Amino acid sequence: MADVLVVDGLDVTFELHESEVKAVSNLDFSLAEGETLAVVGESGSGKSQAFLSIMGLLARNGRASGRAMMGDVNLIGLPPSELDRYRGKDIAMIFQDPMTSLNPSLRLRTQLAEVLVRHQGYDNDKAYRAVIEMLERVGIPEPVKRANAYPHELSGGMRQRVMIAMALLCRPKILIADEPTTALDVTVQAQMLDLFKTLTNDFGTALVLITHDLGVVAGVADRMMVMYGGRCIEKGPTDNLFYDPRHPYTLGLLHSTPHVGKRAARLDPIQGLPPSLEHLPKGCAFHPRCAFRFERCFEERPPLLPVEDVREKACWYQGELKYGKVA
Amino acid sequence: MLDRTEDLLKVENLSKNFSISAGLFSRPFQLRALQDINFTVKRGETLGIVGESGCGKSTLGRCILQLLSPDEGKVLWLGQDISRLPEAEMRKKRRDLQIIFQDPLASLNPRMTVGEIIADPLKTLMPEVDAKGRRERVIKTMEAVGLLPEMINRYPHEFSGGQAQRIGIARALISEPKLIVCDEPVSALDVSIQAQILNLLSDLKERLGLTLIFISHNLSVVRHVSDRIMVLYLGRIVELAEGDDLYEDPKHPYTRALLTAVPIPDPKRARQRSIEGLVGEIPSPINQPSGCTFRTRCRFAQPRCAEKVPTLETLPDGRGVACIRWQEIELASGA
Amino acid sequence: MAGITGKDATLTAYAEALAKAPKGRSLTQDAFRRLSRNKAAVVSIFVVVAIVLFAFVGPYFAPWAYDKVDWSSIRKPPNFDKGHYLGTDANGRDMLARVMQGTQMSLIVAFVATMVSVVIGITYGAIAGYFGGKVDAVMMRFVDIMYALPYILFVIILVVIFGRSPVLLFVGIGCLEWLTMARIVRGQTLSLKQREFIEAAKAGGAGPFTIIFRHIVPNLTGPVVIYATLTIPEIIITESFLSYLGLGVQEPQTSLGTLISAGAPVIETLPWMLLVPAAVLITMLLCLTYLGDGLRDALDPKDR
Repeated sequence: MADVLVVDGLDVTFELHESEVKAVSNLDFSLAEGETLAVVGESGSGKSQAFLSIMGLLARNGRASGRAMMGDVNLIGLPPSELDRYRGKDIAMIFQDPMTSLNPSLRLRTQLAEVLVRHQGYDNDKAYRAVIEMLERVGIPEPVKRANAYPHELSGGMRQRVMIAMALLCRPKILIADEPTTALDVTVQAQMLDLFKTLTNDFGTALVLITHDLGVVAGVADRMMVMYGGRCIEKGPTDNLFYDPRHPYTLGLLHSTPHVGKRAARLDPIQGLPPSLEHLPKGCAFHPRCAFRFERCFEERPPLLPVEDVREKACWYQGELKYGKVA
Repeated sequence: MLDRTEDLLKVENLSKNFSISAGLFSRPFQLRALQDINFTVKRGETLGIVGESGCGKSTLGRCILQLLSPDEGKVLWLGQDISRLPEAEMRKKRRDLQIIFQDPLASLNPRMTVGEIIADPLKTLMPEVDAKGRRERVIKTMEAVGLLPEMINRYPHEFSGGQAQRIGIARALISEPKLIVCDEPVSALDVSIQAQILNLLSDLKERLGLTLIFISHNLSVVRHVSDRIMVLYLGRIVELAEGDDLYEDPKHPYTRALLTAVPIPDPKRARQRSIEGLVGEIPSPINQPSGCTFRTRCRFAQPRCAEKVPTLETLPDGRGVACIRWQEIELASGA
Repeated sequence: MAGITGKDATLTAYAEALAKAPKGRSLTQDAFRRLSRNKAAVVSIFVVVAIVLFAFVGPYFAPWAYDKVDWSSIRKPPNFDKGHYLGTDANGRDMLARVMQGTQMSLIVAFVATMVSVVIGITYGAIAGYFGGKVDAVMMRFVDIMYALPYILFVIILVVIFGRSPVLLFVGIGCLEWLTMARIVRGQTLSLKQREFIEAAKAGGAGPFTIIFRHIVPNLTGPVVIYATLTIPEIIITESFLSYLGLGVQEPQTSLGTLISAGAPVIETLPWMLLVPAAVLITMLLCLTYLGDGLRDALDPKDR
């Protein structure tokens, strides 16, 4: 399948009072049409900043360089006026808290129709009909009634559905979802994940799912990319990474996640704390917490290299990773 | 050895309402947060409380600790009703009953050093301990929760979420409590840190013989730590059972739906599973449905479910289910 | 948990050693660091300190006392030979000495009134906000009523009761100025008391007044300091206004307001009588406003 987004050497830097912090370093990945890519990492891993930079939504002290090619357009470094031609139309993003992305003083129909009027040049009637249709599509009961509501009149799950409807109105090629289900209850979360699956199948939209929850990833993602300290440390098909992780951090994450189906006496978590981006350790950023480290890890940073055909990892250790060894 | 049969805490017919003001001249709404809650907690066990947002699980935790006073019912601590105690009497009990909060940074006073924060409860709860004794206890407790005592003079904003939660745990432990209510203690933490804190809690529980009430919306986490689990829906207990029984053989339709919705970190099983979807959304706690409050979302609802509120029926094996149709449902689903 | 109660010598020694453990950066220290990077605020601090020194130390070095009449130079422009560096007023008193004394009086008055308003405002607002419900409703309605009453009326009543003693008068003004402070503090308290650390303190057995004064008040530092720095100029202006009306300080003592009111009518003939006190007043007000702004940025870095 054709790639809809190819990111190459993406760097994101933030200027602080006295220093500079690199939130994302040399990120490469591609996203194929209709596929779901999960981006997994803990806070400070740079997972959100990477995609905010692609959307041109970095905070004012942030700077991005590298390339993010959507077709033959490089989204990085595009002036906002240019970017607006693609944002919302070809590439859309939804956030953890839908309330912050909706204007509280406008009816939903007004906010949603505006997107179509602006990007597709629809007239108001046509836009309204398309909005109602899309609200129905994302599983909102009584869409005509809900379209007249204000954002605060809806529950959290409904608001997130409205955000998805808004993001999908122009049938974008790429949908970026930043922790879309973290604030939702499990039952609603399950509904949302189902919705994502149907929508990517029906519209052929490529989905980027940014999350820290491996449970969410397992159900919907085709491929996943694990980030640590601003870099991708392992990527490949979801099944491979879950059943045969090759990076100690991926293994550690899997063992840190409690499983509802089985009750282990103790979890087997990664020791220590995630590094602060201001003081990344020398060599491999994960080495202070790694059970498999050896001398080389202290000095040299491992590059992201292919292992087998479809997957890559950034780790010097080539031996077998055994359960229980990450202690 | 601990006597695990003794009832440490007993909650009887507890109810709690909140008045929601509707303006100067209107009658306030009554939000029924908890209704007719009955359960016991045995010494040394961990009772998990799960439910979706707004089910009253945090309110229940605060009613047990008398941070909120219940409108009806009793909270018996070692046989004594503490829900009607005057504040001065209650203060003596607080030594035994402590709490850990969800948001680790918000639960620490930003103007106090770590040492002051951890020592704070001692001043009121154990006035007999002098300043030097307090300092020694603080250091011992910091070591017990995995904090370096050198950090004693630092301020909360210099810590990460996981470390801040350790400070919160140290503060709860310093008065040597018997029962700790953990209100979503790991929800705000990163996955790898979450696991560290869960392990810490279970270690401390074993070592210090604590009894825990573990409140969370995350069913995987609750399963991992709890001996028995209570499921709340709209302020009522719908099911209460031993952890393995509840997870392997849920009886109440709500528990069943909840469990099928939990994300499984296992791609093959995640793809295979079928979600027993719930219809619609949680009704507003201000305007609750008649009879069984879950019937508006239940796949098995019948007209008779609307007639009266199902009581928590105790089965021979000790588990409780509040559904009039649980046996029929069990037969129908071929279990 | 026997280990914790058992004392051992090593632990005691360790505890003592840790008394010297590295100090963390408190929020206040952080705020001062940010403030020190704000050039306008730093300059303002220096100017304010200079004005304070001028007002309080200056009189010891000035050649003339503020109430001494020099019969040989009445209504005279600056004259360096006689030591009247800023000229003299209509009664032959040295303007430099009078500006020093006037600034001193204005500063004392502003400081006293602000302190009074801060103390009353914090206590009242924190209590109303923390207890909430009926207590809050009654206490805040009282504030509303006080707001509605014209303060000039109060001042006249105060003058009648206390006579024209400036300090007492401005204790009285402070007693009126606390209203806004009480409202600000109440609002902050309402949001602070929802924070989990307040609940943690309750679970730790702290009573309501311990919570208010140990956990809530220290966290009000930001808004209170900012509002207080902005109250000082307000009080100086009030004082000037009252002195202008003849309700303020009494001759031969003076204040910036009195000096300005004396200088205003003679601006054309004796400009030195107006210009210097006016310049001091304006400089001081500007500096305090910049300082208030700087403090706001330093204490609430989020709002920038």
